[in-house]
Amino acid sequence: MVKRKLVPYLLALPGWSWLALFFVAPIAGMLALSLTTGDVITGFRQTFHVANYVDAIATYWEQISRSLLYGGSATVVCLLLGFPMAYWIAFRGGKHKSTYLLLILLPFFVSFVLRTISWKFTLSDNGVVLGTLKSIGLAPDDLAVLNSAPAVVLGLAYNFLPFMVLPIYAVLERMDPRLVEAAYDLYATRTQAFLRVILPIALPGVFAGGLMTFIPTSADYVNASVLGGTHNTMVGNIIRTEYLVNNAYPTAAAITFTLMGLLLLGIFSYARALGTERVMEVQAR
Amino acid sequence: MRDHHPRPALPPALHRGMTQARLSRRGMLQLSGLAAAGFALSACGIGGQKSEAVDAEDFWAGKEETGHLRFANWPLYMDSERTQLKKFTEATGITVDYKEDVQENASFFGKIQPRLANGDSIGYDMMVLTNGMELAKLIALGYLAPLDHARLPNFAEHAGELYKDPDYDPGNTYTVPYASGITGIAYNPDFVDREITSIADLWDPAFEGKVGMFADPQEIANFGLLRNGVNPAESGMSDWEEAADALREQREAGIVRAYYEQDFIQPLTNGDIWMAMAWSGDIFQQNAEEGTNLQFVVPTEGATLWTDLMMIPVTSEAPVDALELMNFLYRPQIAAGLTEYIGYVPPVPETQRLLRERAEDASGDDREYLEELSASPLVFPSDADYDKLHSYVTLAPEEQEDFNSLFQAVTQS
Repeated sequence: MVKRKLVPYLLALPGWSWLALFFVAPIAGMLALSLTTGDVITGFRQTFHVANYVDAIATYWEQISRSLLYGGSATVVCLLLGFPMAYWIAFRGGKHKSTYLLLILLPFFVSFVLRTISWKFTLSDNGVVLGTLKSIGLAPDDLAVLNSAPAVVLGLAYNFLPFMVLPIYAVLERMDPRLVEAAYDLYATRTQAFLRVILPIALPGVFAGGLMTFIPTSADYVNASVLGGTHNTMVGNIIRTEYLVNNAYPTAAAITFTLMGLLLLGIFSYARALGTERVMEVQAR
Repeated sequence: MRDHHPRPALPPALHRGMTQARLSRRGMLQLSGLAAAGFALSACGIGGQKSEAVDAEDFWAGKEETGHLRFANWPLYMDSERTQLKKFTEATGITVDYKEDVQENASFFGKIQPRLANGDSIGYDMMVLTNGMELAKLIALGYLAPLDHARLPNFAEHAGELYKDPDYDPGNTYTVPYASGITGIAYNPDFVDREITSIADLWDPAFEGKVGMFADPQEIANFGLLRNGVNPAESGMSDWEEAADALREQREAGIVRAYYEQDFIQPLTNGDIWMAMAWSGDIFQQNAEEGTNLQFVVPTEGATLWTDLMMIPVTSEAPVDALELMNFLYRPQIAAGLTEYIGYVPPVPETQRLLRERAEDASGDDREYLEELSASPLVFPSDADYDKLHSYVTLAPEEQEDFNSLFQAVTQS
C-alpha cells in the first residue's frame, strides 16, 4: 500500500528533475550572475551589486518599454485576426477543420528566421506588395514600410498568430452550438449572442492565447533586427548585444530578470482583470 | 611546376551562389550564437582568470609534429573539396579535420573562453578570427601561442608588407593573416544618379532614409572617425565622442534606414537602401554571382582594412602541425587557389600574377571569372587604394566597454 502511494511521485520524478536541472538551476545561476561585478578579463565576483539593475533600467528603459508596447500591439493584432479565424474554423469549418488548422500551422514548418527574412522581401519598397500598389497608383511612390515600427509589429503578429488561434479554437470547438441557438430563441440579437454567450465562453482561450503571444513577442529580437530600422530596437536585441558582443554577463542577466519581472507583473494584473477562476480553468485544461 | 587542380564544372562563385542561402558568409548563423554562449556560461560558471603570457621558447620546447590537425575556420572560406588541405596532406602527410565552426567572432570567443580559462583543449589546434576586440582579449588573457617564425619562412618571403608587423599584433607574435577585406561604400547605380566618392555622401540629406550603416561598434566608429578627418588607428576617447555625435546627427536627420549586422546586400540590390557601408568581398561575390552592377568605392576620406587571422590556441594539441599549415598556405600557388574561391584580399601579393596566368590557360566562363577576379580592385586594391586604407584602432580590453557603449547608443536606439 505504501508503495502504491509512492508511484505518482516516482512517475513525476523525471519531470521534476528535468525542471530542476534545466530551469531552476540556470535561473538561479543567472540571478546570482546578475548581482556580480567584474569583466570577462578579470572574472566576475559576487558582490550583490543591486546597482546593476538600476544602471540597466536607467540605460535601457526606452527599449524595455518599447518591447512591451510592440509585444502588446502584436498581441492585439493577433487577437483581431485570430479570433475570427478560430471562430470560422470552429463553426464553419465542417469536415475540413483539420485541414484549416494544418494550414495555420504550415508556416511553422519553415525556420523562424527564414520566415522573418521572407517578410523583408514582402515588405520591400519595390516588392510584391508595395511595388504593385505603387505601380497601379494606389500608394505614393515614396511609401516605405520596411524598417519601421509597424513592420516589426506585423512581423511579430505574423510569426506568433497560431499561438493565438489554437487556444481560442480549442475553446470554441468544444462549445455547444445549441447555446447560441438558445440565445436566438430568447430574442438575442447577433451582437448580444456574441457578447453574452460566445465571448464569455471563449475568454479562457483568449487569455491563454494572449499569454502565449505576448510573452514571446515582447522578448523577441529577430523581428526587430530583420524588419526594424532606427529607433526600433527591442530589449531582446539589447540582451543579445550585452551578452555576446560586450560579454557584460551581469548586465544581460539583470535586464533579463527585469523583463521577466515586468512580464510576471503584467500577467498577474491581466489574470486579475479576467478573473482568477478563468486562469485556473485554462490551467485545468 | 604549375599546379593544375581539378576545377569544378561551374565557376566557384556561381556554384557557391547556387548552394548557399542568400546570407553572407560573415555571421550566417549569427543568431545561433546566443545559444552557444548560454551553454558556455552554464558549463563554466563564470570564467575569466588572467593567465600569464606564454614564453615562446618554453611553449615550443619539446613540441613535435603529431600528424593530425583540427582547424576551425569561417564558412565558405575554402572550397568544399578542401583542395588546399588535400595538397597539404599530400605534401606533409598531416591530415586535417576542417570545421566551419567560426560563425561570428563574439560567439566563438564566448564558446572557447571558458575552456581556455581552465587550460582545456578547445577541440581545435588552429583557428581563424578577425583582428578586433576578441583578438585583443585572447592576447590579453594569454590564450594564444606565440608563433615560432623560424618555421614560417613562406610568410617572411611572400606576405605583403602591409600584412607584417600590424598594430593589433606587433611582430606577428600570435597571428598571420588568412584573408583581408575592405570596409568601404557600396552603392546601387540604378537608384543613385551620381558618382559616390566620399563618406560625406553618407550624410547627404538627398539620400534620406536610403542609407545603410553597419551595427558593429568598430565598423561604424571607423566611418564616424574618417568623416571627421581622424585616422581610426590613432584615435582616442574625445575622437570617439565626436564620431558618435556625428553618427547620431546622421541618424536623427533620418538619413539612416537601418543598422545592418551583415545582411545589407539584398536591400542594396532591390533598392530599399541606395548606398551602404559594405565589405568588398561580399560586393565582388554578389556581382559575380547575380550579375548585379553594385559599385564599391574606397572613399576619399579613407576606409578600413580588416584581416582574418590564423592563430594557435595555447591548449592546441598539434601546434607544430598548425605552423606547418600556416606556412603551407603562404605558398603563392596555394594562396592563389584560396583566393580563386573566396574572393577576398589575399595577404600574398604574388597571387594576382598567378591568377592572371591561370586565366590565360583557362577558357570560357572560367577564364572570364579569373580575369575579372585578378583585375578586381576589390580583391587586389591598387596602391592608391592601399594608401587610403587604415587599420582599426586597437582597443585595450578595459577601453572596450566605453567604446562599445558610445556607439551602441547610436545603433541600438
